[in-house]
Amino acid sequence: MENKKEKQRFARIIKRPYISDAHSLIIRVIAFVFSFIVVSILLLCMHFNPFNVFAVMLKGAFGKEFLIRETVKGTIPLVITATGLSLAFRMKFWNIGGEGQILIGGIAATAVSFIFGRSIPQWVLLSLMAAASIIMAGLYGMIPAVFKAKFKTNETLLTLMFNYIATQLIVMLQNTRSWQDAANNFPKVRMLDFYSRLPRVFGVHIGWIIALVMLVLYYFYIQKTKHGYEIKVIGDSMETARYAGINASKVMIRTMFLSAALCGLAGFLQVAGADGTLSESTAGGVGFTAIMVAWMADMKPVRILIMSAFIAILNRGAGNLQTVYLIPSSFANIMIGIILLFMLGCEFFIKYKVSFSFMSGRKSSAINDKGGRYDY
Amino acid sequence: MIINFLIAAVLAGAPLVLATVGEIITEKSGNINLGVEGTMYIGAVASLAGAVAAEKLGLSGFGVAAVSFIAGALSGMITSALFGFMTISLRVNQNVVGLIITIMGTGIGNFFGELMGQGAGGYISVTDETKAVFSGIHIPGLSSVPVIGELLFSYNGMVYFSLAAALAAFFIIKKTKIGLKLTAVGENPYAADAAGVSVTKYRYIASVIGGALCGLAGMYMCMVTNSGVWVHGCISGYGWLAVALVIFSAWNPLKSIFCSIIFGALMIMRLYIAIPGLNPFIYDMCPYIVTSIVIIITSIRKTGKDHIPESLGENYYREER
Repeated sequence: MENKKEKQRFARIIKRPYISDAHSLIIRVIAFVFSFIVVSILLLCMHFNPFNVFAVMLKGAFGKEFLIRETVKGTIPLVITATGLSLAFRMKFWNIGGEGQILIGGIAATAVSFIFGRSIPQWVLLSLMAAASIIMAGLYGMIPAVFKAKFKTNETLLTLMFNYIATQLIVMLQNTRSWQDAANNFPKVRMLDFYSRLPRVFGVHIGWIIALVMLVLYYFYIQKTKHGYEIKVIGDSMETARYAGINASKVMIRTMFLSAALCGLAGFLQVAGADGTLSESTAGGVGFTAIMVAWMADMKPVRILIMSAFIAILNRGAGNLQTVYLIPSSFANIMIGIILLFMLGCEFFIKYKVSFSFMSGRKSSAINDKGGRYDY
Repeated sequence: MIINFLIAAVLAGAPLVLATVGEIITEKSGNINLGVEGTMYIGAVASLAGAVAAEKLGLSGFGVAAVSFIAGALSGMITSALFGFMTISLRVNQNVVGLIITIMGTGIGNFFGELMGQGAGGYISVTDETKAVFSGIHIPGLSSVPVIGELLFSYNGMVYFSLAAALAAFFIIKKTKIGLKLTAVGENPYAADAAGVSVTKYRYIASVIGGALCGLAGMYMCMVTNSGVWVHGCISGYGWLAVALVIFSAWNPLKSIFCSIIFGALMIMRLYIAIPGLNPFIYDMCPYIVTSIVIIITSIRKTGKDHIPESLGENYYREER
């Protein structure tokens, strides 16, 4: 448009007015296949047979009954955290602080367990631990929301910093005498008493039931309640929300409390269910991975479940890769990155139609006058 | 004692200067790249791989350092070009892409670092000769001046490079036409585009240059801080600190030098200053708490001139102009 010279443009990008479900699915599948091709090429460069590698990964995730249980165990925190983050993302609040909120939840649960020990009935203790983790993490996550509501403070960066404060808090607790094992001086928080561990159903701690319940609750909260409606309006347009008389500050603070509370719950499940102890790897990057799970799933409950399971499978599979082929398990992160980049990139081709000049052979300047077109 | 502390603070702060200046350049164009941490990992492993490869080819001393330098910068450029492609061309959300780059970069760094270690039988390291290049310089006469000589003329070359990079960035952003256009793109891309500035071009170039500096920051962490040995998880949050430092230094490369050194001091304070009865690990929390407070304070008293680029984090949709 502003280019006076008539030159052949490399590509022309046109916004699609409509795309059928089948068409968008095809684009997504193609992107998915492409991502695996790239991963395969990477493996070939390192002299591994990609098919063998994928087979080993699948075996690592599903090969034995206990491995399936491990995969489910890995899915639980992702589902709950992604659900929590989705609440915030729905109103365009960038909660990057899932990692820290998980840790705060874990700290609160551990503290309750250490304080009460075996002095109260087990179910009371576990409920107290859950409540403590939910409330503490919720409050922790509320701080950025309060500042965002009052002063428009950038929540992305503030929640990010809160991750590191929480991590350092754990390092500090690891070096605090009263949190360590009495028998030795290792800089580690001591194991939780078996009394304060979660019961198991089908061999996996009951977190998986809680995760499914949370997904259903999330669906109803967003789709069927006034609160959910307010969140969606704010997410669409702050102006509309104000015009409709929605108290945006209140909704923001309330929703962030819930968002962080869910992350805290995931922390409780990690400490009392999966790990049995508190460490700086209690969250283990889940807070960050869940951001992408939520985003890829478009904040929709069923997709959150599928995406979480997929990531958990990749992680488990890469663990097996390390034992079988001595490929460092960081490979999971590379694979997740490549697949997600392709899946996100393909969204562009769903929204826009791209035609290349060398394919059509037409001069792009001829159709330059239409408003909706974009030269590139 | 105090001099040692100051020197250690500068040494710890130098990679932060590089990464912060890189991120400032990127953010000035309106792109927020949260992938600094990942870019640093990639830069670190690439520079180490470059150094080891150069040693195998028979280079020594400064030759190895040069190859390592180029590898670090180039890998950072490629990584941020990928970021640019995803956000500028494909218009994917910047936060998400940045996080993916962080996850993928951390994976790439640790993966290839460990793989190289396995190949070398245990752990990977450069030769002592290469290590010597990355340790402090010695200028005859100047370096032996007491106090001042130690404080100003005893560092490795990368420290001086990072200071020069910050000064150059300051000059270009504040004093040249290019810098003005860059600022315009970051403040209001629609207006900049209407004025004939190519938003796409500026955002790409800013991201790539920023990425190069982040890659070099990674190189510093690997080659200087860890003296040419791959350590699992070696970047350990420095990239995120840089993201925070950008705010702390109010998008001003010159201020970022001082802020980075302050942060460097906070990072190493535990080793030098002990207050009896206080858990020393509380020091490690300081940089993050200080940054949080700064983020909040700057949002409360929106000072006019040095504030956040208006369109930061927003992709540019030309058809919505």
